[in-house]
Amino acid sequence: MADCSVLPESLLRRLEKADDGLNSLEVAGALGVDHQLVVGAVKSLQSLGEVIQAEQRSSKHWELTEEGKEVVDNGSHEARVFTAVPLEGLLQSELMKLPSGKVGFSKAMSNKWIQLDKNAEGGPRIYRAVDSITDSVREKLHLLRDGKEDAMDDKEKNELKKRKLLAEVNIKTYWITRGSAFTTSVTKQETDLTPEMIASGSWRDKNFKAYNFDALGVIPECGHLHPLMKVRTQFRQIFLEMGFTEMPTNNFIESSFWNFDSLFQPQQHPARDQHDTFFLEDPAEATNFPMDYLARVKKVHSEGGYGSQGYKYDWKIKEAKKNILRTHTTAVSSRMLYQLAQQGNFTPVKYFSIDRVFRNETLDATHLAEFHQIEGVVADYGLTLGDLMGVLHQFFTKLGITKLRFKPAYNPYTEPSMEVFSYHEGLKKWVEVGNSGIFRPEMLLPMGLPEGVSVIAWGLSLERPTMIKYGINNIRELVGHKVNLQMVYDSPICRLDS
Amino acid sequence: MPTVSINRELLFQALGREYTDEEFDELCFEFGLELDEITSEKEIIVREQGSDKADGASDVVLYKIDVPANRYDLLCLEGLVRGLQVFKERCEAPRYRKVTPASGEHLKLVITAETAKVRPHAVAAVLRNITFTKERLDSFIDLQEKLHQNICRKRSLVAIGIHDLDTICGPFTYTALPPAEIKFQPLNQIKEYTAAELMQLYKTDGHLRHYLYILENEPLYPVIYDSNGVVLSMPPIINGNHTKTSLKTRNIFIECTATDLTKAKIVLDILVTMFSEYCQESFTVEAAEVMYPNEKTYIYPELTYRKEILTADYINKKVGISETPESLAKLLTRMYLKSQVVGDGSEIEVEIPPNRADIIHPCDIVEDAAIAYGYNNIQMTIPKTYTIANQFSLSKLTELLRQDLAAAGFTEALTFALCSKEDIADRLGKDISATKAVHIANPKTAEFQVARTTLLPGLLKTIAANRKMPLPLKLFEISDIVLKDPNTDVGARNHRHVCAIYYNKNPGFEVIHGMLDRVMQLLDVKPGRDHGYYIQAAEDVSFFPGRCAEIFAKGQSIGRLGVLHPDVITKFELTMPCSALEITVEPFL
Repeated sequence: MADCSVLPESLLRRLEKADDGLNSLEVAGALGVDHQLVVGAVKSLQSLGEVIQAEQRSSKHWELTEEGKEVVDNGSHEARVFTAVPLEGLLQSELMKLPSGKVGFSKAMSNKWIQLDKNAEGGPRIYRAVDSITDSVREKLHLLRDGKEDAMDDKEKNELKKRKLLAEVNIKTYWITRGSAFTTSVTKQETDLTPEMIASGSWRDKNFKAYNFDALGVIPECGHLHPLMKVRTQFRQIFLEMGFTEMPTNNFIESSFWNFDSLFQPQQHPARDQHDTFFLEDPAEATNFPMDYLARVKKVHSEGGYGSQGYKYDWKIKEAKKNILRTHTTAVSSRMLYQLAQQGNFTPVKYFSIDRVFRNETLDATHLAEFHQIEGVVADYGLTLGDLMGVLHQFFTKLGITKLRFKPAYNPYTEPSMEVFSYHEGLKKWVEVGNSGIFRPEMLLPMGLPEGVSVIAWGLSLERPTMIKYGINNIRELVGHKVNLQMVYDSPICRLDS
Repeated sequence: MPTVSINRELLFQALGREYTDEEFDELCFEFGLELDEITSEKEIIVREQGSDKADGASDVVLYKIDVPANRYDLLCLEGLVRGLQVFKERCEAPRYRKVTPASGEHLKLVITAETAKVRPHAVAAVLRNITFTKERLDSFIDLQEKLHQNICRKRSLVAIGIHDLDTICGPFTYTALPPAEIKFQPLNQIKEYTAAELMQLYKTDGHLRHYLYILENEPLYPVIYDSNGVVLSMPPIINGNHTKTSLKTRNIFIECTATDLTKAKIVLDILVTMFSEYCQESFTVEAAEVMYPNEKTYIYPELTYRKEILTADYINKKVGISETPESLAKLLTRMYLKSQVVGDGSEIEVEIPPNRADIIHPCDIVEDAAIAYGYNNIQMTIPKTYTIANQFSLSKLTELLRQDLAAAGFTEALTFALCSKEDIADRLGKDISATKAVHIANPKTAEFQVARTTLLPGLLKTIAANRKMPLPLKLFEISDIVLKDPNTDVGARNHRHVCAIYYNKNPGFEVIHGMLDRVMQLLDVKPGRDHGYYIQAAEDVSFFPGRCAEIFAKGQSIGRLGVLHPDVITKFELTMPCSALEITVEPFL
């Protein structure tokens, strides 16, 4: 066998003599090397530039299978069966025990080489039907093995293919011709620059292997931030740019009082149902309410006041004490506004928060039992619905959403209330992007906020814009332990306005 | 938000004009409704039960319209059409009148003392000489159902019964009796049952079984009889078959029994204002008298018209517009709130009709003015409110740490705050009683039994769901856990934790230990026993024996790190060694 390292050179010398070109398979045959080695030599010569040209061709040819080779050596199964049957015959059960028995028996029967006597003494018995046979299957395979493909016609080949003695193989070969820079002497190429080459200056005389700029690089080993948290960071940034102060929302457990009652949400409201809210078994009830404020809340619910008719029902402290997993961060806004009212001199505030809220809902591809609520609140004298729309317009512009319109809506604790819609260019329709409103006087006045102070507020979920931004359809791939980490690894940075 | 199905053809007939679907959608949007879906009975059956069940179903086009939860007056075709017609100034709001029968004698409903414990209130009214068509009767029954589902809180607060008055004879008695003593033929049944038998019968009824709990543990069941002992209804479960209404019914007796009287009055007002239109003398309702056990009597329906006086300035300043009082009065009149300018010309007198129970404060009137003006016609303005922004210190620290933990080669996970008891106890080799976990009373599945007391299970589950990813897996999370704490008003408190985990063919304790050193470096805490941080061997069942240490900093224990116990690894369906670190960051604020 030829030395592989000199293969390219051997190939070039042959090519120098062959005016039309060479077939790689034939070269392999002539050199007595594996075809794949010749292919390797062709590829390495190609990388040198225009030394050679190689055109890929494919050719089919027939090859013996392992079983086929065995037939060439030992004869076909049917021939072996014939030979095994002595003149006095053989029990069929005995014959079947032979390695070629089963296959050979049926073939030999159909060739009428043997016959079966079913009524013979001791069970069915096999006898020779002819004196001698010609094992043509073996002969034909023999010829084919020696490269004489014409020995059989296609029908015969397919017949043997069915018997799994022959297989048709596809071979990719190259037709090699001289290139425009053809030479028989090639210098070895360096793969890369080394410190030694730099030190010695030998790089000046070296020939460097070309880089493949079509390949991808190696991604650096790194950690990654979660896409939802990247979007959260951007929303925080937007609120901070707009002068909003972050509320402390690190209290998942809330009392019904702060989550509902203080927001003038009546105790029979469906949101307070077991089906919508997670109630706590332990610790089941909250304590330490500001009792004078609680009394005012009770009064506005059950009797009205502050210009309101109230809901006129029997307000129960037992219901207000029930601990829950907060259903919205507005519970925190409510605590913050109450605190603001206690500070004596009112000062205007802008608040925001982005944190988890919990709903005992039926889960589907877009709903989970917990999600992140984004909330903005502005409290000042004389704020109007036009102001709310103006702030929303500013806020959504920073998200890259400029086409907004507002739909009247109902919220228990805001009046007027507005749903915010934006035009979705992809869906070609208006989609809801948030909810907003002006907090009701029945919520603000019992807290002790001055009469002329209005509080405008809006909210949206963090998950929805993130799913749209990152093209995620199933929320479980984004949030929770079933997250697709590859998605986390691959997700781009988040710029909400582009 | 309730959804009302309306036959499009009937709707346009009643509106007196055709709309394209887009035009109607636009009108809804402006009025605060949402045209949620355009469908047909056939389409709904195909979607819910398959196309083979839909043979012969109607393909009349239906509009499914979302109605705001407080607008009970828009929950049927009649109310919706009248609301829109008044809005579009195609008709004036009618005046609803309460009349006394010519005889001067009201129909009477007497409440006995026995009802006090189960369902103490009742209201009633009569619709005389009504003309029903199939569509009208269907709509009446649909409205009852919508009210039952919404304001009536699935019949627990209020239950409605409607009866063919010509089949019964007043005065009526509303009482409560032991279930075995109530016997009657209920609606659409062919024989008589006792109340106790009915409770059994309806256990398998797809619709009624949802209301049984309201009476289930009561010793006495509410029941209404006429003067001949005929059962009108056994509220809030079922009416008697005897008083069943049909297309031939001319006179209707409506009773609402309740635990919440205010809501019962609203429900009655809505029913009669919506359907008195079909009485011979439209929009009149015959009053009925209800007598309580203390012999106090009340006349229903109330049909109260209430007046509010607002200044134009108040409305303009809340909305951010500058309309004249006349213009505002006109806008409000379009919202079914008949208004006129009074006083010195700056005040508006607004009359709130009995079908607008949602108006409870002047701010509700302001909203209606804004809707009629058109939300999208309001000039957007930027408030002059000047404030300086502040970050919440815990969020600020979290944001900064997250960035650097990712830079340290760990990937951020985001796991659920709720989980099963097993996740925080059994699977970590701990006892649930030792966790200080808050427990949820009504979880729908085991995934929501407790709030997490540690971030570790979430990260382990994240790895379990991503086992096909190349190793090592290095994850972190900075988020809140919840522990019981008697020092807060709710008895529990969040704690901000950092958790990091390393999962590979080797435990990699040094990697996790290095991560701790890096976190401390980021927090500017030096190693050392006195003022810095150190770790010290500790026993913890979640960790492999001898491979766990407690972390101390600022003079207190802040968490643990180590190689996880093989049982923990197995219980989270993992197969490789794993080391982890979890600390609180609150001492570093």
